[in-house]
Amino acid sequence: MTAHSLDSDVDRQPSNTVAPRKEDQRPVASVITLRDEAVERGGRRLWSGLDLTVAAGEFVAVLGPNGVGKSTLVQVILGALPLIEGQVRVLGGAAGRANERIGYLPQRRSFDPSLRVRGRDIVRLGLDGHRWGLPLPAWWPWPGATARRAATARVEEVIDLVGAGGYADRPVGELSGGEQQRLLIAQALAPAPDLLLLDEPLDSLDLPNQAAVAALIATISRAQPVAVIMVAHDVNPILSHLDTVVYLAPGGSKIGSPRDVITGPTLTQLFGTPIEVLTASDGRMVVIGHPAHCESHAGQQP
Amino acid sequence: MILAAGPSWNPIIDLQQMWSFPFMVNAFRAGSIVAVLAGVMGWFMVLRRQSFAGHTLSLIGFPGAAGAVLIGVAASYGYFAFCLAGALVIAALPRAGPGGYSEESAVTGTVQAFALACGFLFIALYKGFLNGINSLLFGNFLGISAGQVTLLGVIAALSLAALAVIGRPLAFASIDPHVATARNVPVRALSVAFLVLLGAATAEASQITGTLLVFALLVMPAATAQALTARPGRALALTVTIGLVVTWLGLSVAYYTPFPVGFFVTSFAFAGYVAAQAVRHTRPRWRTASIEASPMPTGIAP
Repeated sequence: MTAHSLDSDVDRQPSNTVAPRKEDQRPVASVITLRDEAVERGGRRLWSGLDLTVAAGEFVAVLGPNGVGKSTLVQVILGALPLIEGQVRVLGGAAGRANERIGYLPQRRSFDPSLRVRGRDIVRLGLDGHRWGLPLPAWWPWPGATARRAATARVEEVIDLVGAGGYADRPVGELSGGEQQRLLIAQALAPAPDLLLLDEPLDSLDLPNQAAVAALIATISRAQPVAVIMVAHDVNPILSHLDTVVYLAPGGSKIGSPRDVITGPTLTQLFGTPIEVLTASDGRMVVIGHPAHCESHAGQQP
Repeated sequence: MILAAGPSWNPIIDLQQMWSFPFMVNAFRAGSIVAVLAGVMGWFMVLRRQSFAGHTLSLIGFPGAAGAVLIGVAASYGYFAFCLAGALVIAALPRAGPGGYSEESAVTGTVQAFALACGFLFIALYKGFLNGINSLLFGNFLGISAGQVTLLGVIAALSLAALAVIGRPLAFASIDPHVATARNVPVRALSVAFLVLLGAATAEASQITGTLLVFALLVMPAATAQALTARPGRALALTVTIGLVVTWLGLSVAYYTPFPVGFFVTSFAFAGYVAAQAVRHTRPRWRTASIEASPMPTGIAP
């Protein structure tokens, strides 16, 4: 059921089912600005001189081999790691100041099989889990019954949006990786964020689910519009949706459109070793001669 | 404690007979307060998978009380001093993050074993105290004064009020620490606060239930409720209900038999847990069958 329901749901979903943004959130011209950024982790300089501007509704992929600092970039945008050089502005302020407007999906999470909480409750936590106090039941008449009904409706809406309606009431620990991932995307979407930070969201999914979740994220990105920064191991499932690629490599970084960045000459320069990029007849890319992982970009799925 | 010839099997007459003794009234009052307090604390403890920490906090009260009696102060001081100190020690221990509980288990177990050893030493040093071991370990339901009931009620109300304030972010931090951190939930501080509350609740309840029974009331009703439902609100209500029912049943049965209260309370809670697991492991099979029998999503059906 998981493997195909999303495709159909994405096709069925007209874009206007996405919640309109709250009016007090004026459109932000650039969601993220990184200027000449440099970061150290464990005493090692990961990357430096990174210049990146992300606009509302832009879909950005962060690519590169393991250990190059892709997740670190996400932490910097969340304000969890300081910069040693340069500056970062997120949603019009310093990083970490506007995290309630960021939908964040950490890397490779799977819930403990014994966790006896519904998927719906996980999504709800994304909406108001940070607030103090205990939530009152939905049927409680007073106070704030309207807000509670709105919250319940919003949870329902994002669950439908990701096509998780069929299993949102089951304990989340019993769900498959793909089902959990969809609920976590719904959780990230619940507060109607201006920015989605997704750390390898396609990693635990099989191929049809990868394509479906990638298409879903692209649809949401255009419809809201919400800027998406996705750390990815494999560019192919998202290639057709991408506006910008940030390629991090030990020898530097490159930012641009996918056609400009994922090329033999660019990657050869980044890695300092001869690299060839082949394009298959269906548009998928194969990187050959990569020092860190010589396999095809497309051939990593189980 | 054979005080009556036997139950009349008319619940009203039996209750009237039991409650004609003030010590039984106090036992029911104190038992009810402990059941509610331990149930709610236990629900969070099971959700956070900190049962082992809870077990340690329960046991640590034993050397505390024994030590207090040894130096000639009231056992309550010993319970509180050791349980709160134990909570802070466990909170200070390194925790490898979600799923990384192995380190915590080993260190916590070490602390627990040492605490028990100290308890036995204190008892050996205070030679006239041996008769008191039973009540330290297995509780003393029948010698509770009205003043103790009031104190217990005040401490329970304060603990539950504090838990109500931090309840929702605590649940968020327990289920999903990474996202909660990104949403500026003080995950670490909440973890410490919960352990301190758990320590205080354990210290207070142990004085009536004894060191061993308090853990039964912490873990069993919560585990039973979470096996039966994945809805947090219902699970909490069910936890408290189960705690109250097993406590009342245990007190009533013990009143008419020569066996101790703690044995019956624990046994009824255990029976409830076994029954709940049996229900849980038969029910999903019907659910799965009904999901498989449901029609395919529209995108796939011809």
